[in-house]
This record gives sequence, structure tokens and C-alpha cells, in this order.
Amino acid sequence: MLDKSRLLNIYRKMLEIRYFEEKVFELFGRNLIPGTIHLYTGQEAVAVGVCLALHPQDYITSTHRGHGHAIAKGARLDRIMAEILGKKTGYCKGKGGSMHIADFDVGMLGATAVVGSALPIASGAGLSIKLRGTSQVVACFFGDGASNQGTFHEGINMAAIWNLPVLFVCENNFYAMGTRQSSVMLIENIAERAVAYGIPGITVDGNDVLAVYEAALKAAKRAREGKGPTLLECRTYRQRGHSRFDAATYRPKEEVEAWLKKDPLKRFQAKIIDMGIIKMDEVYQIEQDVIKILEDAVIFAMESPFPEPAEALKDIYA
Amino acid sequence: MRQITYAEALNEALHEEMERDEKVFILGEDVGRFWQGAFKVTKGLAEVFGNERVRDTPISESAIIGVAIGAAITGMRPVAEIMFGDLTTLAMDQIVNQAAKLRYMFGGQTKVPMVVRTPFGAGVSIAAHLSQSFEAWFMHVPGLKVVVPSTPYEAKGLLKTAIRDDNPIMFLEHKLLYPIKKEVPKEEYLIPFGKADIKREGKDVTIISTLFMVHKALAASEILANDGIDVEVVDPRTLLPLDKNALINSVKKTGRVVIVSEDCKTAGVGAEIAALIAEEALDYLDAPIIRVSEPDTPIPFSPILEQFVIPDERRISNAVKKVVH
Repeated sequence: MLDKSRLLNIYRKMLEIRYFEEKVFELFGRNLIPGTIHLYTGQEAVAVGVCLALHPQDYITSTHRGHGHAIAKGARLDRIMAEILGKKTGYCKGKGGSMHIADFDVGMLGATAVVGSALPIASGAGLSIKLRGTSQVVACFFGDGASNQGTFHEGINMAAIWNLPVLFVCENNFYAMGTRQSSVMLIENIAERAVAYGIPGITVDGNDVLAVYEAALKAAKRAREGKGPTLLECRTYRQRGHSRFDAATYRPKEEVEAWLKKDPLKRFQAKIIDMGIIKMDEVYQIEQDVIKILEDAVIFAMESPFPEPAEALKDIYA
Repeated sequence: MRQITYAEALNEALHEEMERDEKVFILGEDVGRFWQGAFKVTKGLAEVFGNERVRDTPISESAIIGVAIGAAITGMRPVAEIMFGDLTTLAMDQIVNQAAKLRYMFGGQTKVPMVVRTPFGAGVSIAAHLSQSFEAWFMHVPGLKVVVPSTPYEAKGLLKTAIRDDNPIMFLEHKLLYPIKKEVPKEEYLIPFGKADIKREGKDVTIISTLFMVHKALAASEILANDGIDVEVVDPRTLLPLDKNALINSVKKTGRVVIVSEDCKTAGVGAEIAALIAEEALDYLDAPIIRVSEPDTPIPFSPILEQFVIPDERRISNAVKKVVH
């Protein structure tokens, strides 16, 4: 069992993501964020559970719905927020935005917006680890939609044949934009596809952060021992729409309500209170701390300058 | 000086760079010890450097490039081989959206030092799926560099430079060049990118050409010399970056230019070079620019059809006569 400080840290990280995303939604509504947003609200247990099983020097790859992954791997809230606002102080100097957060210093190898594009890249980072002889692992986050791309097959197969240290983490939130999983694949558990590559495929409750953590820890251990990749399917649900102001009316009301009852944050909070690990006043204290650092992050991002226009011409070549 | 083939020159470059830097490794379909590359460019390398550093892959072009990218952004220097240039289309997302854009998108946090080696070119009757040339597509992608070596000397010197470069390099070879044998120094040398080479000096007309077309342009120049026309043949050697100064200087000297490339005419390499000359050296031209290229067709199979579409010495000579007279 994890000790109290780690459990509190899980709670804090999940809360950081939840509050961060709600703040992003608010700023988007106030027209302060250019373009689009894809919120991670409701899926916090996946990023936090997986990243808790990783070491600081391990890598992750991420997606268009990637704020939560970056926060869970240890990227700074203020610089993520600045990037989302298109500011000079953002992680990508305003050139990437919400869909391309990266922080190479914490092993966050960046988020890509072409669905499924990061699977081969994650395998490549895994090959690099193997050739360099370090004990790192890579966690590759992607969605149910990505599992229908050719890169899913090519990327996982290559990692499998070479025993590469990669955790393929499928966040199955059951909808690729507005398209239901059941209308684009005949299997229920995406992890079953692992059989085709001769690797373990595990399906877990992606709204139970400790279940995700335990599965990821096992997969990471296996990867570090040179036994190859694992396909880890985390079944979860996005509490908001796909992007922008999408009201997600294509989802049945009963389904949404059932998933809201399984909110990962509330479940974990109830669990650690029940277990006597934390008291309400400590919960309140963590909430206040998170609100404070988020306020600071927003102030940092809002007060940061926009990049010089000619910044657009830089960083094309190394 | 000793003579070696274009394929041997590439092989030497790979060998020397793998010896020099243990971060360099090769991956691709059938590059390992059994087949040693479809055109034998990786011959003997698996025996020397082992299967870990000379990796046979599944037939998964997208993942070959994606894996190279992942390795490149985490400290390695991969050289990926795609068996035929046409098959880079299977990896276009990884080349165009990932390799070329990651550094920029992530605000300069990373670099993508990798080489994609692949052969273009028609002339061996393997039809429309294995014969096309579309160098121009890659010229259109900021973040990539596009290298087009025409001789064994260039093949070796440019590949060594490509492997040491910190950017994604499209290293485009040509099937008909692999057996060509020419002088290559034994001593180590590098050829910088963005430096054109004047393959033949002349004063009457400039032919700008790349890859196998350089040899056809040179052959045409010999025929034209008999007619008293003194042709200058300029080989840019890299299309991105492009040595604009060298091209423009030659045009200033001759006042006439023919661009020969083995791709479709519309929006091809010739179109870009012609536009550049029109923008920056129009006043020096004494005749319209002529492009000699393939017609806008896929490459056909039957030799009589295939030879009909590939630019040859006769078409190049006719174009030159047209701008001279």
C-alpha cells in the first residue's frame, strides 16, 4: 500500500488537473484562448495513475487531449497555461498551443494532434532506451479512436518484436469525437487486440486511480526487466464534450449520469477519507493550495507577453 | 584515384559514421545480414555492427519513420531506409507532420537528427508504384532538408554530412545510379549542404539538373559541343537548402537556362527553380526558361512507354537548341 504522502500527492495531482481544466474552460468561454480546447476532465485517474508508476527520467507521449498528461508527468501549470494562451513564456513559445504541450526536461516528449501518430514515436523512444542501455520506460497515451489507426498496429507490433519498454495506455472514453466505440469496432475490450501482438493486454477501471497505478506499475516493471510492452486499456469517460463548447448530445443522458457517479476524483477522495488517511480539513487545505497555485499560474500566463511576430520564423531547423 | 560504385560509396559513408558515432544505427526492410538492402547499400554492415544496430523491420513504413523519430528525439541518430521512394507515401504523416514539425511545434525544445534514405527514379521497368520521383513534395516541407546526390563522390560526402546534421534529412538516391562507378577519395571528406557543383563549365547555356539527369545532361552537352554550343551543367546537390547564388550566377553568365528533372512537370522541381530565376535574375535572361521533365503521367511499365516519358539526351538537346537559337 502507498504511504500517506503519496496518496495525498495523487489526490493533489488529480485535483490540479481537474481545476486546471475547469479554469481553461472558463478562459475559453471568456474568449481568451485562441483555437480550440480538448479537456481531460473526468479522465484524471489515468494520467495520474500511470505517471505515478513512472520514474522522473521516464518518458511519456501525449495527445490533443494532453493537459492532464503533462501535469501528471510534472510539467508546470503556469507554463502550460501560458502556452494555451499563446504566450511567449509557454512551453513552446506560443508555437504549439493546447494540443502540443511538451516539456522535455520532465520526459514529456510532446503531444501530437494526428490521432495515433505517437505510437511509433513511443516505440522509437523505447528502442533508443534499449540501444542506450538505460532502465527507462515510455508510456504512450492514446484514445479508443487511435486504436483504429494503422500506426496502432505498426507501432505496437514493432515494440513487441523487439521487446521494447513501452506502456501503450489506451484511454478508452468510448467516443472518438462523436463516434461510439461500438460502431467502429466489434470487440468490447480494446486490450484484446494485444493477443495479435503476443503481448499482455489488460483492461482496468480507468476511473480508479489505484487500479490504474497498480496495472501500470506491473507493466513498467515488466518493461524494465526487458520483457517488452503491455497494452493497458483504461476505461474512462470525458465529463465534457470533445472540444470547444461541444455539449456531447450524442451521448445518452443515463450514460453520462452513470459515469458522473464514478467520478475518479470524488471516488478517490471518499476512499482516502474512509480509510482514515485524510480528514476533511486536510482535503480543504489541499484544495486551497491547488486553487492558489492555479491562480498564480493564470496570473503568470495572463501577464506574460505575446511572442514577437517574427518568432514564427524561428526553430524550423536545429 | 580509386573508383567505387555509388552503392559502395553510400556503404562506406554508413560504415565510417557508425564507427565514428555509436548513436548512429540503421533500420529498414531487409537491410540486415540476409538481404543487405534491396540495392545492397547496407552490405556487410550487420556483420560488423550487429543486428541491434542494423535492424530488419517489418513491412511498416510508417513505424520505420516513427521509430526513427522517437529514437532521434531521445538521443540517437537513426538512418532509416525506405526501399522505394514511392513508399514514403505510407509514412507521410511521420515525415511531414512529425519529423519536420516537432522541433518547431515544441518551441525548439527538441531536435530530430535522422536520415531517411530512399531511391527515386524510373528506367528499370518496375512500373508506377516503384518508379516515381517526387523530390518537390519534400521541398515543400519546412523542417526537412532534401539531398540529391548524383555521383559516388557526392553520395558519400553528402551522406556523412546528413548523418551529422541535427535535422530530418530526406536523402534521395536513384536506382540507376547505384552501379555507376567513379572516383572517390579514400581519405575522409564531407560535402556541405546548400553548395551546388558545376559539373561542366560552359558559356552559352546553363542546364540545372539533379540525380541521374545530371549524367544525361552531361551526355547531351557533349553532343551539343559538336554543334558549337558550350553548355554549363550545374548540380544543386541539395534541393533544400538550395544554392540560389550558384544557380543565379550561372544564369548571369550564360543568359539561358534549361532545367532538367525526372519528375512530373506540374509543380515540380523545375517549377520552383524557374520561379526563383524569374524572381531574382529575369533581367539576365536572353530567352525563356525551359523545363525538361516527365509529362504529368504515372510511370508506365512497358520499356517503350517508360522511355517515352523519361527525359533523354535528345529532348535535353532540343531544349538547349531552342533557347540558344
